[in-house]
Formats: sequence, structure tokens, C-alpha cells
Amino acid sequence: MESAPILKLEHLGVTFPNHPVFSDLNLTIRQGEVWSIIGKNGVGKTTLMRTILHQLRPTHGSITYLPSQSEVTIGYVPQFRNIDADYPLTIKDFVGLNLTGWKLPWLSAKERAKVEKILDQTGLRQLAKRPIGQASGGEKQKAYLAQALVEAPNLLILDESTASLDPVTKTELLDLVAELNQRLHLTVLFVTHDIPMAQKYTQQYLMLTPSGIEQGPIKNLTTEKVWEGENV
Amino acid sequence: MFSYEFMRNAFAAGTIIAIICGIMGVFVIARNMSFLTHTLSEIGFSGAAFGVFAGWAPLNGMLLFTVVSSVIVGQLSARSERREAATSAISALFIGLGILFLSLANKNASYATSILFGSVIGISASDVQQMLWLSLLVLVVIFVIYRFLKFDSFDHTGARVKGLWTNVLSITFLVLLALSVSVAAQIVGSLLIFILLTLPAATAKYFAHTVGGMMLLAIALALFGVWSGLVFSYLTNYPVSFFIAAIEAIFYFIALGWQRLQTAG
Repeated sequence: MESAPILKLEHLGVTFPNHPVFSDLNLTIRQGEVWSIIGKNGVGKTTLMRTILHQLRPTHGSITYLPSQSEVTIGYVPQFRNIDADYPLTIKDFVGLNLTGWKLPWLSAKERAKVEKILDQTGLRQLAKRPIGQASGGEKQKAYLAQALVEAPNLLILDESTASLDPVTKTELLDLVAELNQRLHLTVLFVTHDIPMAQKYTQQYLMLTPSGIEQGPIKNLTTEKVWEGENV
Repeated sequence: MFSYEFMRNAFAAGTIIAIICGIMGVFVIARNMSFLTHTLSEIGFSGAAFGVFAGWAPLNGMLLFTVVSSVIVGQLSARSERREAATSAISALFIGLGILFLSLANKNASYATSILFGSVIGISASDVQQMLWLSLLVLVVIFVIYRFLKFDSFDHTGARVKGLWTNVLSITFLVLLALSVSVAAQIVGSLLIFILLTLPAATAKYFAHTVGGMMLLAIALALFGVWSGLVFSYLTNYPVSFFIAAIEAIFYFIALGWQRLQTAG
């Protein structure tokens, strides 16, 4: 049985001055699904994510969050981050930054419990006191993931988060996301160029190309199709 | 030393300044705003000169100029890639204005020197009181926006993604910085203000393990610098700014050396 939709994009389009990024995009994402969003650089993947995150207003069409906008919380792991290596910010502190509900400067007991829980879930317990700036690339990505997850979102977006990781660390992180998807019934969108990764870890794909938009089950996505789409 | 009222006032003012600079400095360093702080101090000089020209207290002129210009600087440098150039342009303009206002006010060079480098003996009890109120205002606002400011300062990308109003936060912080600059300029002078707003926090960054720890250490370093500077200045009759600058710079170089040793080890 199909699960309930969490996000519906209808005839969605974004146009920058004199430059249409994409148009007439229709997409339904259901709870617990894992999607890969693929396409070559500049085709509008990050623009689409920013639109879903309410950072950009669509030029045409609509986005519907289901059952309601307030019930869909989104965790986003961006592609780039600028963290000074010398900052005295531990991984635990870094994860807690995303908790902005409580207005006092310090974390409440409930918020501390949330941080502890997510550190356990992401395997960061041993690294909690390490300064984020001194963590390895893989540890940083895990910390970024934990920060995105600390508010218990039901939709997680990873924007090329594994692009700079070595194969072992990448697999470790992707296995972790797959496990969280299973355990928490988390909906996941991977923005990626990595076709083998998409084929292994995702169920559906959305491909943006200069000539149009294609989507379907991941088993229908072949490398030839990607080449074809990217070279239009 | 404490039998003189001006020294008691100087210590009270110095303590307030050190606390404010220690706290604000942590965010200045995290937000890479040392250069902008330097510019605000020059704008403070220009504001003080305007105050003298207009027949106001220099602090009021400083407050007017730094607060208004911090909003302008914040708007012009919203895009980080043009922050340096915009800051340089504003800096140049305000130094020029400062010199013009001093010239129009017909004040001599020693007056300009006291604005630029601060004057311990010039601090009255009412100045201390005004500093205290301004500092309390800064502290209360920091307390209220602390979480958002910390998020935006230490992880700007994350804060933006979260949907925090980072531009509003940035301008609020600049206005607070403008108030801090105006307060601190009373004792170390506008030209050397950025010492207390940058060096203690920059030093603390290398020794602290948490943001709270960095803040406490920055306050301690700023307090040590200001108190020692006042004592040395009293004993030798040399300018207090020199001693504060020297002490804070020495701490900073020690921190850099320590960091290098840690990295090598």
C-alpha cells in the first residue's frame, strides 16, 4: 500500500530575471520514500531545494506540504559549509545550534535530551566533545546530518553531501541515512551526481535536464539515459 | 591610586568596557568582522569630532554616527564578497569627515589625540553611569538573541537554511557593536578600540573548548589588559592605550605560538 503524500509540487516553475531555471514540474513525494534529484550543474537542483525550503518563492505553480505546512519539518544538509578550524565549538554544541525554540541562551533539559538522542542515533557519541573544526570530512558530514535531524524532521534533504567523501566514509554515511529512513520512516531527498549511489540507496528519481524533467522508479534510470539527458 | 576620583572612575569604566568587549568580541571573531570593527572605531572618531563641532558630548556624536553607519555598512556588505571594499570606502569617507569636523570646530591637535587614543582622566562619574546603561542595554539584547546570534555567527549556512532572519540579526549585531565601540572609545580611544573588541576573543579562541568558555576567557583577558594598563599608566604616566594594546597583543602572540606547538605536536 502506498504511504501518504508529504509533498506535492504542481506545475512548479522558477524564473530568475531573463533566465527560466525550470518550469511545469509536477512531483508527489510520499512519506518514507527516498528520492534522488539528479542533473548536471546549473540545471536547477539547488534552486528546487531552496524553493522547497521556502527560501525562494516559485514563479509559477504551487508546493503543498501534507497534511499541513506546520506538520512537515525539513532537515537540510547543505553542500558547502564554512566552519573555522579554530572555533571552540564541539560537535555536541554544533548539533544543538539548530534548536532555536527555547529562548534562553542555554539548552533546556528536553533539548539536551534531544541532542543526546541524535548523537547516539548517528554514532557521534564518542566524538561529542571534539571541536567541529578539527573533525575529519566524514565526521563533519555526520555532524551536519545530526544537526539537521535534531529537530526530528520528517523530510531530510541532502544536497551533494557525500561528494567530497572517500568511498568507505561515503558508504558509512549512506548506510546510516538508509537505517534512519527505515527506523524513523524518514522521507529523504538526495541531490546527487552519483548514479551508482542513487541506484543503490534510492527508490525514485527526478532528473532535471535543459530540455525537460523526467521521473520514475530508480530501476528505470540507466547511465545512458543520464548521459542522454545531460548532453541535450 | 584609588584615592583619586578619576582613577576610580577609570577602573569602573574599564571593567564595564572589558566585559562588553569580551562578550561582543566572541561574535566579532566568529563573524570575521575585525576589519569592520576597525572601521566603526574610525566612524566613532568622526562622530566624536562631529559632537565637538555641534557642541554635544563626544559620546553622543559617536553614538549617532556609529549606529547610523553600522546599518549602512550592514546593508552595503550583506554580500560577503564586497564587504571589504565597501568597508574600506566607508572608512576613508569617515576619517575625512572626522578631520573636517575637527577643523571646523577649531580644536587643536591634542583634542584630536584624546578622541583617537582615549583619556583616562577625562572620565567622569556621569560618563561611567552612561556607559553602564548602554552596556546593560547591549547585554540584555545579546541575552535575548543569544541563540540565534550564536547559530548565525558560528554556522551561518545552517542558520540561513533554518530560515533565521540572518540579515536582521546581522544589522542588530552591528548596532550593538556600534554601541560597544562608542562605550569603549571613552577609555582606549576610537583608534585602538578594535584591540579590546578583537584580541581578547581571538586569543581565547585558541584555549577555550566551548563558546561560553571562550566568552569567559575573553572577558578575563580584557579585564586583565584594562586593569594592568590602568595601573601601568598610573605608575609611568604613559598612555593607557599603549599598555592595553601591548598586553593584549602579547597574549595573542602567545596563543598563536601555543597553537603552533599543539599543531606540531
